[in-house]
Amino acid sequence: MTSMAEKSAVIRMFHVHKRYGAKQALVDATLDIAKNEFLFISGPSGAGKSTLLKLLYLAEPVSEGQILVDGMNLSRIPHRRVSMLRRKFGIIFQDYKLIPTRTVYENVALVLEVRGMKRSLIEKKVKSVLRVVGMEDRRAAYPPSLSGGEQQRVAVARAVAGDPKIILADEPTGSLDDESAATIFGLLNMFYNRGATVVVATHDKALIENATGRVLQIRQGRLDTPSDI
Amino acid sequence: MIFYTRRAIKDIWENRFLNIVTIVTIALSVLIVSAFGLFFLNAQDMFNAWKKGVRIMVYLAPDTSEAQRLDTRYRLQTIAGIQSIRFISKEDALELMKARMQRQTSLLDNLRENPLPDAFEVTLVTESNSPEKIEFLAQRIEGLPSVSEVEYGQQWIDRFANFFNLFKLVGYGMGAMFFMATVFIAANTIRLVLYSRREEIHIMRLVGATDNFIRFPFYLEGVIQGLSGGLIGLGMLFSAFSAIGSQFEQTLSAEMVAIRFFSMGTCAAILGGGMLTGLLGCFFSLKQFVKE
Repeated sequence: MTSMAEKSAVIRMFHVHKRYGAKQALVDATLDIAKNEFLFISGPSGAGKSTLLKLLYLAEPVSEGQILVDGMNLSRIPHRRVSMLRRKFGIIFQDYKLIPTRTVYENVALVLEVRGMKRSLIEKKVKSVLRVVGMEDRRAAYPPSLSGGEQQRVAVARAVAGDPKIILADEPTGSLDDESAATIFGLLNMFYNRGATVVVATHDKALIENATGRVLQIRQGRLDTPSDI
Repeated sequence: MIFYTRRAIKDIWENRFLNIVTIVTIALSVLIVSAFGLFFLNAQDMFNAWKKGVRIMVYLAPDTSEAQRLDTRYRLQTIAGIQSIRFISKEDALELMKARMQRQTSLLDNLRENPLPDAFEVTLVTESNSPEKIEFLAQRIEGLPSVSEVEYGQQWIDRFANFFNLFKLVGYGMGAMFFMATVFIAANTIRLVLYSRREEIHIMRLVGATDNFIRFPFYLEGVIQGLSGGLIGLGMLFSAFSAIGSQFEQTLSAEMVAIRFFSMGTCAAILGGGMLTGLLGCFFSLKQFVKE
């Protein structure tokens, strides 16, 4: 019989291992992430936080174990369906991963273009999310002309433009000053309050201390007992 | 489609140097192969025109009587593959010779006796213009009574036919080689574009782009490159044809041969070939690259 927590889990990991050659990046990770949960995965650099996130959106395949995302078993997902899986996520990276030759508008619109959305709808939606992250007036700017904080706000806008069920943030404030970090975190909280599941991988203890949500510690690829703060 | 086309044109503009290299390569290949094809087309026309003019000269023995001549004419008429027969008396032949020799007619004036024989000029039907058929007909005519000699340009035609077959073969070989070389160059320049945009493609994948979403603009780029290269190559060839062709026209019109450019259908096929080259170049580089 499945418990209520299992039923509402949007991500489930069962005894997941990830190896890079002889190196164990993730060891026997078992985890449920509930729908509309705010989860921190915390740990020092190289502990396996990014690896765990990469396994979720299939940037890397698991070496052993199973992962279910919104009912999809990632071990059985064919190559052509990977794009469908990734559309369930809004992903935010430490290095922003914006396309430098495209404007702010075009970077955000890309997420909707890949979904085959109509131009008029794309325009409406992009305007709306850029307004939310406070970047509407920089829509014609190219990423290299923006500050780190601004680029990350564009990255957040891109992550949420497709109304994803899950937002994955890999060290989203790692390259930002305190003020910009607070802005980004405020945005993540806002989307959490609107119903998204948010998973943040960070080593920023101050960020975790000032937030509410479940915190999972990871050390040398091993997940510690979860704790709520 | 409009979205993809717009993206493809934007991408071509953003990587204009590499795209220009591809377009110029395709244009040069189209120019070289088409120039060869155009030369072949006109040479074939000329050869066909000359072949149409192939005649068999049937020389009669010196002591042939009027009755024997009429008999020979009758026998010639019964042979299949002959279109027309014209009798050229030895007097007419001498006049013709004088007219051709113009300034050297004094040589002929001093002749006490006309050394030329009476002859029939036999024109063949078009279907009988192959070297084998000409030889067969000549042998049959040679066997007729009162015929002393049969003359026709058999060796010349044979040599030309062989030359043309070789020419055709070289043409096909060259065309295939240029096609492969151009596809290879197009594939490599597109690979360079892909390499320079690998981060962008990676990001597109991360936000949920399908393989087709990534590939389609590149295919369109390939088609646009191929079409542009084809148009430029054909344009260059047409300019060269217009410039050089007019100089040959007068000489060739005397031979009743008109030089011509490719038909619209052939031009469309050449442009199609250019587009196929660009498309295949994309296909091979994307096949490796997008697999990831």
